[in-house]
Amino acid sequence: MKHKSLVSINDYTKEEQLRILELAQEFEKNPVQRIMEDYVVASLFFEPSTRTRLSFESAASRLGAKIVGFSEASNTSVKKGESLRDTILTVANYSDLIVMRNPIEGSARFASEISSVPIINAGDGANQHPTQTLLDLYSIQKTQGTLDNLHVALVGDLKYGRTVHSLVIALCNFNTTFHLVSPVELKLPRSVKMHIKEKNLAYHQYTELEDVLPKSDVLYMTRIQKERFSDPLEYEKIKNSYIFHADMLPDTKENFRVMHPLPRVNEIHTSVDKSPKAYYFEQALNGVFVRQALMTLILGIK
Amino acid sequence: MNNKKVKELKVSAIENGTVIDHIPAQAMFHVIRILNLEDFENMVMFATNLESKKYGTKGIIKVSNKYFAPEELNKISLVAPHASIIEIRDFQVARKTVVEIPDKINDIVKCFNPNCVTNHEEVRAHFTVTDKEEIRLKCHYCEKITSKNTMEFR
Repeated sequence: MKHKSLVSINDYTKEEQLRILELAQEFEKNPVQRIMEDYVVASLFFEPSTRTRLSFESAASRLGAKIVGFSEASNTSVKKGESLRDTILTVANYSDLIVMRNPIEGSARFASEISSVPIINAGDGANQHPTQTLLDLYSIQKTQGTLDNLHVALVGDLKYGRTVHSLVIALCNFNTTFHLVSPVELKLPRSVKMHIKEKNLAYHQYTELEDVLPKSDVLYMTRIQKERFSDPLEYEKIKNSYIFHADMLPDTKENFRVMHPLPRVNEIHTSVDKSPKAYYFEQALNGVFVRQALMTLILGIK
Repeated sequence: MNNKKVKELKVSAIENGTVIDHIPAQAMFHVIRILNLEDFENMVMFATNLESKKYGTKGIIKVSNKYFAPEELNKISLVAPHASIIEIRDFQVARKTVVEIPDKINDIVKCFNPNCVTNHEEVRAHFTVTDKEEIRLKCHYCEKITSKNTMEFR
């Protein structure tokens, strides 16, 4: 994995993904180590993403790395019209690793092809966000004790949600049974279902959230955005039909956990937050350990 | 003259070179562009809106003193999936083949996604063909699918 950029989750094999999760466990036990002191991490956020940026920077800081970069493009040479190519070629001279978030899709792949240092994609528009997928896998493994043979329900906007697409693709390595809950307009696209079919895994589609609760080990909730609907009336009709509420908890299994890539709006009612089955905030914390594991493996420290 | 029916040629025969036949009439100028015939210096003849039993109308191109590599010709399969390629040597048909849809498409198609890096930076889109029947192209950069009805050529 040394010097290998991470642009899409599929860039890493199942074994490489498992190695990251294994190392993340070590960092969870001991997150403060000075093993990145000699390294500079460039954190290039061409659009704001507070949660992801702070998670990366916290991960690097706790290992002693120096961080350079910016948190939005408005104060940088990008504003002056500099191409991404020139920005990457320049920053690669100043750093050992580049973490990049950019609203342009495919920008991370392009950067990885021209950069002399490895690139970690921290989100390229609606395309990929592979460290979110790694932390989702880590959270599932940690709460379920395994990644194999689980029943995972994915709920909400399955059409446009990139975290859902990457997670489905990653879970296809683990004999998952998928329960897909969404309005008809926002069903999982054919290109993603293709991965499930290739592995001959089972998937079921639903329009009612209640139908999947007793079967699921993990409930992965996502936000449904109003702008996804051409007809605002359609949105009004369905907006409240995918809300997970504490009343629904008794219908779930003992090992059941609710996850969410965050930010949530109203799709998980706050009444759920106190339940031991609510896992979304811990899930976000796991991102730090997973990113520590990823960076140290790419830099060849571990 | 013998009794054999002599078919009138709408486009004169060439001595040596390549004939590309069964091009859909509306794809004619795409094919010219894809094969870069605009910059070609030898004789090129073409005709379009010819009658075709199979396809209604068709176009035909005759390029003298030029034989193409299959990879080059296969690029036109996106717009002319049934094109036949006839190599002419000394006025005779030396070889007849059909185009095949390649596994990878480079340079000639634009990614339809306006938010793709290839439409913002100096980098050309390239694609993996994920469906040869319906023609679906997956962009190497943004990973979105460009399909027949969203396809635009450079």
